[in-house]
Amino acid sequence: MSSRFAGTIRSTSESGVAVVIGLVMGALLMLAFGYDPVAAYIALFTGAFGSPAGILESLAFATPLMATAVTFAVGVRAALFNIGAEGQMYIGAMAAIIVGGLILLPPGVHPIAATVIAMCLGALWALPAAILKIWRGVHEVVSTIMLNWIAFWFVTYLIRTYFAEPGRAERAIPALPTARYAIIGATLTTVIIVVVAFCIAVTILLWRTGVGFELRLVGDNPEAAKYAGASSSRAILVSFLVGGLAAGLAGASQILGRPPSYTLYATLGNLINLGFDGIGVALIGRNHPVGGVFAAVFYGGLMHGGRFMEYNVGVASELVDAINGIIVIALAVPEIMAIIRRRRKS
Amino acid sequence: MKAARRFQWYLIAIIVTVAVMYVISLAGFGLPGLLETGLLAMTPLALAAVGECLNEQAGTVNVGMEGIFLITAVLGVYWAEVFDSGLYGLLLGAATGALISLAFGLVCVYGKANQVIAGMGLNILALGLGPYLLMSIWAFPGIHIFPRDLMFSSMHFMMGNAYFSINAVTIAAIAIAVLAYLLLHRTLLGIRIRAAGENPIAVDVAGVNVGKVRLLMCVIGGALAGLGGAFMPLAWFGGVVKEISAGRGFIALAAVVFAGLDPLLALVAAFIFGFSEGVAFTVVVSPGVKEIVPFYFVQMAPYAVTLLVLVAAIGGKKFPRALGRPYVRE
Repeated sequence: MSSRFAGTIRSTSESGVAVVIGLVMGALLMLAFGYDPVAAYIALFTGAFGSPAGILESLAFATPLMATAVTFAVGVRAALFNIGAEGQMYIGAMAAIIVGGLILLPPGVHPIAATVIAMCLGALWALPAAILKIWRGVHEVVSTIMLNWIAFWFVTYLIRTYFAEPGRAERAIPALPTARYAIIGATLTTVIIVVVAFCIAVTILLWRTGVGFELRLVGDNPEAAKYAGASSSRAILVSFLVGGLAAGLAGASQILGRPPSYTLYATLGNLINLGFDGIGVALIGRNHPVGGVFAAVFYGGLMHGGRFMEYNVGVASELVDAINGIIVIALAVPEIMAIIRRRRKS
Repeated sequence: MKAARRFQWYLIAIIVTVAVMYVISLAGFGLPGLLETGLLAMTPLALAAVGECLNEQAGTVNVGMEGIFLITAVLGVYWAEVFDSGLYGLLLGAATGALISLAFGLVCVYGKANQVIAGMGLNILALGLGPYLLMSIWAFPGIHIFPRDLMFSSMHFMMGNAYFSINAVTIAAIAIAVLAYLLLHRTLLGIRIRAAGENPIAVDVAGVNVGKVRLLMCVIGGALAGLGGAFMPLAWFGGVVKEISAGRGFIALAAVVFAGLDPLLALVAAFIFGFSEGVAFTVVVSPGVKEIVPFYFVQMAPYAVTLLVLVAAIGGKKFPRALGRPYVRE
């Protein structure tokens, strides 16, 4: 138990170092264009965590990232680079709009039904990549990206052609009031509870069940898994389906649980990149669903605080994505972490 | 045996392409126009794919070509405006790509990074850096249209009674693919490159620096991807926007996988993918079709074709044994 605790401390400090590298590089990028990085980061962090309303808003930003981080993390646990959260999330959001906006159901049942169907369709969109991987060995990095783009144009088509809100053609019909999650504060809704519960459920699946053991074994050591009689096809399938459920949930959370619009813009502007940001979040959270929850809160803070940075200092908020990318690169380098470990010993 | 297999694929690809073109011309579409669009769409894919073939032959996987495309598209236009020349924009775009890829190579070779994660990091970095640069340079979030005379325009030839236009970069891309093939299979450096991917220990024992070979290929691959990135706004679209590459970096990756790291086959794959884009956009605006097929489905075509080609053609491909693994001397 104590060694596990030490392991957690170590991986947290490694993530911390990567985050610092990301923030420093972000500051250099600001200096390159004549912005004041100190003022920008003060605006960012006080905006994100400096007030109760800011914290609630940061948590609202974090909610979908917790789910899309699970998609990538479950992939990595089975040695897959499932970067298809983006497309699966679009499809899930579309399903949530159809069930939440067009079907009449009683208040308690409606959000649950819409969420479950959104998750299932997210998993369905992950299925082709899983089948192609198992059947033909098509690399998931390529297949999931292609499916992302197909989903993007498919959902854009559906919104513009069939589900546009009358009088407001730039967005889809919103979810009905009966289908919406209750507001906690700011734009945070009770959907965060559902998402956190899902992350815990995936943790239990991975570390407390036979299916999860098989999945991790195939990911850790495919040779040993083969001799142990584990089915790599089943592990791949489970990994993709759980990832699809998570991404579908992320999509649903933005439709059913994100005021004020409760809908999807035809440019998908309120969803775009949440799937890719989830990759960084998963890696900061060390590919653990619960670690991802904490990492998502940090990254949600960056996203929310980025708007203050843009408003007060003029730095484009997209810089936050660039910082995320640098954090991911830093986390990919074992040597940085090894240097830190050696320093501490000597 | 290996060569026979390769030529069998060249043959199939060429026959299929010619057959498709024939059917299209029977249907009454102007073939030269289709070919022009197809060649334009092919160019960035071919450049990036050939570069990635060299890169992977030496043992480094870079899934971050989409990111290099995005950054060099924006910076290529910036350089073109600074130096008031489309050609400078292209060349400095290539230099920028080489620099990014050098940094990536250093991280992979000396940092012993997980290459797929580092490459995805590069893509995420670019998702933010592209719009950040657009905002910081031009203070405008949408499409940036640069002055018309900065375009690196195509050359026009008389073909019978019509003009046929082709870009110099497209010709260069085809030449580069051939040169890359010759480099890999006809030179000493080529043997070293392939050995660095297949058996780095042997290369090291022979007194050749594995890291340097891999870094060199990273730089060349990055320069080619950078040229492709700058090509998109400067020779094709005439403007730059934050999602300009639209997954083309990954389509190039698909071309590399399809080609089994053979530069000539990668060129063929890039042509198939680029041509499908050209066909889709030409077909959709023709009367009779545009009323039936929604524009959105045409937008999907390049991605769907890529996926289908991969499904049909994968299998039996042999990739270098040390691909994606950092070389650690024992």
